[in-house]
Amino acid sequence: MGQGNVYLPILFLGLLAFGFAAFSVTITSVTGPKRYNRAKVDAYECGIQPAQVQLGGGRFPVKYYITAMLFIIFSIEIVFLYPWAVSFDMLGLFGLIEMIIFVLTVFVAYIFVWRRGGLEWD
Amino acid sequence: MGLEEKLPSGVLLTTVEGLAGYARKNSLWPATFGLACCAIEMMATGAGRYDIARFGMEVFRASPRQADLMIVAGRVSQKMAPVLRQIYDQMPEPKWVIAMGACASSGGMFNNYAIVQGVDHVVPVDIYLPGCPPRPEMLLDALMKLQEQIGDTKLGANRKRQIVELEQAALLATPVTAARVQI
Repeated sequence: MGQGNVYLPILFLGLLAFGFAAFSVTITSVTGPKRYNRAKVDAYECGIQPAQVQLGGGRFPVKYYITAMLFIIFSIEIVFLYPWAVSFDMLGLFGLIEMIIFVLTVFVAYIFVWRRGGLEWD
Repeated sequence: MGLEEKLPSGVLLTTVEGLAGYARKNSLWPATFGLACCAIEMMATGAGRYDIARFGMEVFRASPRQADLMIVAGRVSQKMAPVLRQIYDQMPEPKWVIAMGACASSGGMFNNYAIVQGVDHVVPVDIYLPGCPPRPEMLLDALMKLQEQIGDTKLGANRKRQIVELEQAALLATPVTAARVQI
């Protein structure tokens, strides 16, 4: 008995769905009236004039450089902590002591930043 | 007429304009523009008792980019008028406007410098719906009248001709006050 693939109807359904979507998009681009107005291409901001996109993302406060530096330092620390966490059981006591020394070293940097006021925003 | 009789039953014939009008009118998506008290009645229309979902309109789009009907429900202040215009401009064609309530149609009870005296100073309006506020059934009636209009809209060159004809008919029509006073 000739038996077609049972998944064939699903393929046809997928093609029909894709075909309908493609048809809809093409037919509107062909038959649709093209009425341009400036608001239509503006960003939507609940009806008010949207804030214009500025060069390089616009001006921002320079205090963010401290945030960036702290992020770099502690992100590198996290990068070292992750492999230790993954292979924790294989490293045993030796790994634990090593990592505690490492974390204490970075901790000194953290205390420095904290006491020098690097964590105050204003 | 002759062709439809010869086809097997279950096959219908229609025009492209008829099909387009049918599809457009039964899938209107309103944009939320409830400003004041009329918005409460609009919400009631969308609720269970006066279900607007049976007309295909239960999904009030928050973004004008996805809407084709703007129901201006409530008084529009002078401060709100540019916002109203911006939202209207951001809707893609085809789009329609219903001025719901007395304040949207003509300024309503607020005959002062703060309220725009009729939202048609700002956007072109298709249906004016009086009432303070109009009952949900009245809003549904306005929507059905708008659906009739949309179903009768022609396409292409016929549309241009239809616009001219409608303009002529509107200019020649008797004003409502004159009709009442029987001039």
